[in-house]
Amino acid sequence: MRGLKKKRRIQVIALAVVALVASTALIGYAMRDGINFFRSPSQIAEGPPAPTEVFRIGGLVEAGTLVRGRGETITFNVTDGAASVPVAYTGVLPDLFGEGEGMVGTGSYVDGTFRATEILAKHDESYMPKEVIDSLKEQGTYQPPDGAMSMN
Amino acid sequence: MIIELGHFALILAFLMAAMQTVLPLVGASRGWRGFMAAADPAATAQFLFLLFSFSVLTWGFVTSDFSLRLVTMNSHSAKPLIYKISGVWGNHEGSMLLWCLVLALYAALAAWFGGNLSETLKARVLGIQGAISLSFLGFLIFTSNPFARLEVPPLNGEDLNPLLQDPGLAFHPPFLYLGYVGLSMAFSFAVAALIEGRVDAAWGRWVRPWTLAAWMFLTVGIALGSWWAYYELGWGGFWFWDPVENASFMPWLIAAALLHSSIVVEKREALKSWTILLSILAFGFSLIGAFIVRSGVLTSVHAFANDPERGVYLLAITGLFMGGALTLYAARASALEAKGVFSLTSRESALVANNILLAVAAFVVFVGTVWPLFAEMAFGRKLSVGAPFFDAAFTPFMVALAAILPIGATMPWKRARMGRVLGALTGALALSVAMGGLVWTLQTGRSILAPIGAVLAAWLVLGALVDLRQRAGRGDLSSKLRRLARLPRADWGKAVAHAGFGITIFGITALTAWQVEDIRVAQVGETFAVGPYDITLADVDTFQGPNYETTMARMEVARDGRPVATLFPEKRFYPVAQMPTTEAAIDNGVARDLYLVIGDPQDDGGWAVRSYIKPFANWIWAGCIVMALGGALSLSDRRHRVAAGAAKSSRAAVPAE
Repeated sequence: MRGLKKKRRIQVIALAVVALVASTALIGYAMRDGINFFRSPSQIAEGPPAPTEVFRIGGLVEAGTLVRGRGETITFNVTDGAASVPVAYTGVLPDLFGEGEGMVGTGSYVDGTFRATEILAKHDESYMPKEVIDSLKEQGTYQPPDGAMSMN
Repeated sequence: MIIELGHFALILAFLMAAMQTVLPLVGASRGWRGFMAAADPAATAQFLFLLFSFSVLTWGFVTSDFSLRLVTMNSHSAKPLIYKISGVWGNHEGSMLLWCLVLALYAALAAWFGGNLSETLKARVLGIQGAISLSFLGFLIFTSNPFARLEVPPLNGEDLNPLLQDPGLAFHPPFLYLGYVGLSMAFSFAVAALIEGRVDAAWGRWVRPWTLAAWMFLTVGIALGSWWAYYELGWGGFWFWDPVENASFMPWLIAAALLHSSIVVEKREALKSWTILLSILAFGFSLIGAFIVRSGVLTSVHAFANDPERGVYLLAITGLFMGGALTLYAARASALEAKGVFSLTSRESALVANNILLAVAAFVVFVGTVWPLFAEMAFGRKLSVGAPFFDAAFTPFMVALAAILPIGATMPWKRARMGRVLGALTGALALSVAMGGLVWTLQTGRSILAPIGAVLAAWLVLGALVDLRQRAGRGDLSSKLRRLARLPRADWGKAVAHAGFGITIFGITALTAWQVEDIRVAQVGETFAVGPYDITLADVDTFQGPNYETTMARMEVARDGRPVATLFPEKRFYPVAQMPTTEAAIDNGVARDLYLVIGDPQDDGGWAVRSYIKPFANWIWAGCIVMALGGALSLSDRRHRVAAGAAKSSRAAVPAE
């Protein structure tokens, strides 16, 4: 009895170790495609990434650059105060998307334009993506949302 | 005045929680019965105070009392009544109060119905539950008081985030919290058992219903959230692998594992220390979830409130309970000795495999969720982990789980013969593969995903049927039916829940593989083809809603010249919150959803239109509901109510009466 219990325990632990190793290997494998680095517009201006790389861009939608309502594709510039990158996106924009608002987009940088496959904006008006706040702070252009009332 | 009474009741509940923590724990270790007996009234009183406090807050919302800061920020007098009520938990403070109320509810239930638990175990369970309540009530009162007043009340409120003004989301948080917080019971039982140093079948019988209830509510809560995201956000996705979603998914996976391993403790008295560990981890993931959602450390489209101070407090609570419980576990786990032995091929082994797969899947989700945080601290790189990661790393474990599930479910305890088990399942296996082949030929040359999904789904559903057929035994049809009708509800629950899992898998794979998407600019009156459907943008007009303005399109859908549906996708604008929302119009069907979204007006008078055909979308949530139904069936098994105490007395010396 005792020996059998011990043997069973060793087998269970061995199986768990195998599963853990398999999952770690899978995690490592999946991270190659599943990870999107975050770049601010000035980082892209310094050294543009390869056109095959899928990454995230974040910043404010530059005032006066948003062209919507002319066909399926929407274009605008995203800025962090220092540099500005043109973005093209085909699809229906999130509700709280607008000039001067924060946004995060996923896509790739091809021929000087960021082709977004997905655009995220905030869900309520006092929220701004953390990456965007950080990159704006880096450029010294961050203004906290006004008033204590909106600090939900 | 009434608001102050609610506030006062909240503080009294805090004091009750302190009593519920200290007295029974001291009493149980010293053997003072009077101290232990204080746990029941303290738990009841705490629950009643919190119920009163919660009702007062609800009253504040319903009557639009804008002297309350919370009401001003999250409500508006023109809002429909149901959303005034759901606004109570549509924000950080109110949802935390709901969290505390549910915690107290579970403690009170244990106090009311735990009569046949041993005196010290019950006292300890209530004591630990009290400690959790105490820390969360402290968090609520000291960092996020829902009863804070405004010096100068405004004339009207700022309105609830319009995205949250939705029936799906009105009921999503209560279900989610009943699930999240329900796992605290398993945690309390585990820690109490560690203090006692004893885990037996009776303990397993006690933990299982609590876990089952929590898991069931969590299933419904997650399904509602996913359904809401599907129809409300207008992107047509049902799961985004967003940190906040993962926060609810990790406890669900661990709870599913715990559910199965506690069966082994109950029936076979094995896997004891593993079950204890899972009980601790399940609630641990709930706490981590609360931290992720409320601290804002991870960028999420769903972010709730971004307040680092609250984050630190929640992290401290998580650290305290997890650190304490795991230390206790390390010190005491060796004292828990397994009784039952089992063969390598047996239901016990199959459940071990189930547990390992679920735990590893939860681990993968956890790594994917916290990796951005880790990478920023360790390498200083900002990154996000997207859906491709989870698709590649998470899916294989679910496929393996589904593949072994029917085999394990039909295996007998202790020792099984592989040949016999597989023999019974041959028919199901052949049919499932045939099903997969059929799907593969029908779709010709598209992703292999859908055929695999179809094989697994058919295998799970047919496997559940085989399981029931085996339980019906031999004999003529009427005796089989009689036996089936008399099967314990838990057996029915098991078959139903497993079939539900299959239905969900089919829905997810079919939707992912066969979805058709179309984005275009359409003029009013224009007809365009999407898949087999012809869609006409008939008309666009503006209307006034109760607290919003809307631009509504009338779109007619026809197939082969016959009208299928007329849909009204909208773009709404909520003037108080200054927020636009997109309301997709969906024609629900068994085999497909038609999903239409109206976008921006174009300079030339047309409209951007996004149309989807989403095959078998509703099967995803239907499967979740079936899973939850299985849980409910199992929960209603009378053995849960009767046997929990009976088992203990049967093992004690037989009474003379």
